[in-house]
Amino acid sequence: MRSKLESLLPYSLLAPTLLFVTLLIVIPIFQAFLLAFQSADGSFTLAHFQKMAADTSFGDALKFTFLLLIFIVPLQVVLALMMALLIHTRFKGHTFFLYIYAIPLAISDLAAGIAWLAIFTERGYLNSILNQLGILEKPFLFLSYQNLPAMFGTIVIAESWRATAIVMTILLAGLQLIPRDYFEAADVFGANTLKRTLFVVLPLLRPSLQNALIIRTIFAFQTFSVVFALAGRVIPVMAGESYNWYVTNRNPGVAAAYAVLILIFTVAATWFYFKFLKTSAAEAGYD
Amino acid sequence: MRIMQSSYSPRYILGRIALYGAAILLALWTLAPLYLVALAAFSTRQATFQWPKPLLPTDFSTDTMQFFMNTRGVLDSVGNSVIVALVTIAGSLLLGAPGGYALARFRFRGKEAISLGLLISKMFPTAILAIPLAVVFLQIDLYDTIWGVALVHIAMALPFVIIVTAGIFVGVPRDLEEAAQTLGCNRVQAFVRVVMPLALPGLVAAAIFTFVISWNEVFAATILTLRNRTLPAQVLTALNDSPLYYRYAGGFFMIVPALIFIFLIRKYLLNLWGNISR
Amino acid sequence: MAGIHFQTVRKIFGKTTVIKDVSLDIHDGEFMVLLGPSGCGKTTLLRCLAGLERVDGGRVLIGERDVTDLAPRDRKIAMVFQSYAVFPHLTVFDNIAFGLKMQNLPSEEIKRRTHQGAELLQLTDYLKRYPAQLSGGQRQRVAVARAIVMQAAVLLMDEPLSNLDALLRLQMRAELKRLHAEIKATTIYVTHDQIEALSLGDRIAVMQDGKIVQCDVPMNIYDYPANKFIGGFIGTPPMNFLQGAVNGDGSVSVGASNIAPASSLQAAFAARNGQPILLGIRPENLTLASAQQANTISAHVLVVEPLGSHKLLTMQVGAEMIKVSVAPDQSIASNQDVWLHFDPEKIRWMDAASGEAIR
Ligand SMILES: Nc1ncnc2c1ncn2[C@@H]1O[C@H](COP(=O)(O)OP(=O)(O)OP(=O)(O)O)[C@@H](O)[C@H]1O
Ligand SMILES: [Mg+2]
Repeated sequence: MRSKLESLLPYSLLAPTLLFVTLLIVIPIFQAFLLAFQSADGSFTLAHFQKMAADTSFGDALKFTFLLLIFIVPLQVVLALMMALLIHTRFKGHTFFLYIYAIPLAISDLAAGIAWLAIFTERGYLNSILNQLGILEKPFLFLSYQNLPAMFGTIVIAESWRATAIVMTILLAGLQLIPRDYFEAADVFGANTLKRTLFVVLPLLRPSLQNALIIRTIFAFQTFSVVFALAGRVIPVMAGESYNWYVTNRNPGVAAAYAVLILIFTVAATWFYFKFLKTSAAEAGYD
Repeated sequence: MRIMQSSYSPRYILGRIALYGAAILLALWTLAPLYLVALAAFSTRQATFQWPKPLLPTDFSTDTMQFFMNTRGVLDSVGNSVIVALVTIAGSLLLGAPGGYALARFRFRGKEAISLGLLISKMFPTAILAIPLAVVFLQIDLYDTIWGVALVHIAMALPFVIIVTAGIFVGVPRDLEEAAQTLGCNRVQAFVRVVMPLALPGLVAAAIFTFVISWNEVFAATILTLRNRTLPAQVLTALNDSPLYYRYAGGFFMIVPALIFIFLIRKYLLNLWGNISR
Repeated sequence: MAGIHFQTVRKIFGKTTVIKDVSLDIHDGEFMVLLGPSGCGKTTLLRCLAGLERVDGGRVLIGERDVTDLAPRDRKIAMVFQSYAVFPHLTVFDNIAFGLKMQNLPSEEIKRRTHQGAELLQLTDYLKRYPAQLSGGQRQRVAVARAIVMQAAVLLMDEPLSNLDALLRLQMRAELKRLHAEIKATTIYVTHDQIEALSLGDRIAVMQDGKIVQCDVPMNIYDYPANKFIGGFIGTPPMNFLQGAVNGDGSVSVGASNIAPASSLQAAFAARNGQPILLGIRPENLTLASAQQANTISAHVLVVEPLGSHKLLTMQVGAEMIKVSVAPDQSIASNQDVWLHFDPEKIRWMDAASGEAIR
């Protein structure tokens, strides 16, 4: 009797979660597909996708989402790698710096966008500084549709600034699994150390790097409010379009179509990384 | 022979300078936007349009913050955000911690499948959950309620919470629990008297982590509400037609709890984000 | 009143049967040592008794009570874990008092018994400390104190000394022996250290591969191992084994010599005419002889190790190697050829194929 109950215990402990996840994750995903592929009378349709694709913003949204991905992810990884390697030398005061580097972890992309807005706006701090240094006479319009590349750049900077912290913690956690002998505390910048970093540490860190890449790529498809804060709708992105179709155009069908597209990209990106970086799920820590 | 501590080689000193130089540069890069948005939030409203701007808090003022807090809907949205976050913490921990415990302590059929399912469910884009749920919530009167938002936040936090708490419970040796059982505890008592106290710091960190998830979440909160906004939803929807100083104040206000919480759980940073947000 | 009875207890993990129908009766107040190599199932058997593992067959009785289906806390046992399992978030006092508090005893009595237990294990000075502030040996004593203050009729100890250094181990061994004399709880003590087993046990149950292969008083286990495994497992150095063959007259030819079995075994040997057989003898039961005589074999000294209390010799007999222990003042050098005398009464004969002792 006792043993019967005992063997049911783990299931009953997990049951609430599984129920919840089913109700609020699994079923909604099915419904999202229904919304995206069903017409008003319940028959199968591609109308929502056609409408989505016909929209003038669609091409731009795709383009900018991928451009952001291409620019932001490598920048994050490089910055985060620098931070992680620095912290990992355990120099005096490294915990203080770790705390500072980690602050953006808890900052939303909306707040990050606003913080950088204060810097990049017309009469913002960057223009102020450049003026005081005598470089600029009049403010430069970073956030104007006339300077699309600059505007795009501000988004790249803001989002990299925010999410670098996430990548750093992943890499740092990975670094801690590598035996300390590989590191020399004193001269991080010596030629030997550079070589060691390139040829020993990075390969050992590959599972963590891959993890970071997957996560950041997945979330890059969802980039949204940082773009809104800095560029409004001048630079459309996929998640933002989904939001717009739902909130502004009151069209859940097209909004769901975008959501399905984001999901497809997410799955494809994960598949791509596993396929071409040739690391098993277990190696990547998915066990 | 070892080089004595007192006779640092020039190479060593240069290395140190480079090390600290890089560390400080990266720290400035991280802190500058925070400082500047705080500066903007604590100037007068007129100062927002000043040109050029001072870089030091020479005209410190709470004018902007006051304006922000007194704007209609803001205070309510702060309250909503706090309630949603607290409900999310309570819900996700109450639901998730037992699951984490099960994953940490038992071997059972289907365990791998469940862990994998949880990992996958962390990956789903918010949009694909929020949009259909908005449609459903309309039908069941959960639309435009903070409870609906909290439900979605719990769902989003649950996979993280389970994986985090499983890690915490794995860290509490099983034989402590068994020792308690041989000393007269039943399962529940052993958990309460031995496992809980030992897991508590980690659970608190997990709770704060959950708070951050909920406090920052904007997409679902915006889609699922109309009037009962959380703070990020309130700020986001006002972005296009609000003055700059309102946005600065809102941005700063959202950042503050984040700063505090990151400080509180600094010991767990790597465990929470590093190992778990895989 | 609190004997322990395992009745064909079986425990299966996945596909492997770890405890194979073990039956064992332990008397009230007895100090029973469970001895066996790593992985043979000692801990598992103990956990079955404690209720931490449910059995897949058989019954477990404590006294007259069938406890097979009871939860650990209903079995009235106290257990010292292999890893101590001292609660890190509680002080030494609270650790020791933990079980008493669970029984809702009046606080006066909790205090009294906790102090008594602490005194018994010389922990009185450390009552306010946390386990992190204790040495390994002190933590181990906390674990023992926590178990004994329960005054349970059954005390289970799982390799409680295995993590201690040699000196502390020696001390604790004596303390445990004294403790048992004092509290007289029925005790099962798990170890894979044979010295500990010999010194502590009223009886020793030797486990091998999920089965109890011999259960007897220590000197019988030592002198009359039930099989080759036990002889080879107990004793430092362990028992020597030599190949032999039974002759028509009941004697055994080992190499070029003949050894006559003890007279009590003659009948058994008559039936084994011509069969191979195993001769087992402990190093201290061999003596050096100056000339060939009855029951001697010629041997060549390879190594001489003076070890203080005795000299340990490594010798070659035919193609086989054996160890011989002699008095420290015995004059002997390597490369010497000598005669080794086998005392027939001390020889343990075993079946060459099964390794079972011939009785
Ligand atoms: N929970 C378990 N699941 C599967 N196999 C187990 C489990 N516990 C123990 N075993 C296996 O059962 C066998 C006996 O284990 P047990 O811990 O009882 O050995 P032991 O005699 O106490 O060894 P040691 O002296 O090393 O402590 C081992 O082969 C072990 O691998
Ligand atoms: Mg064991």
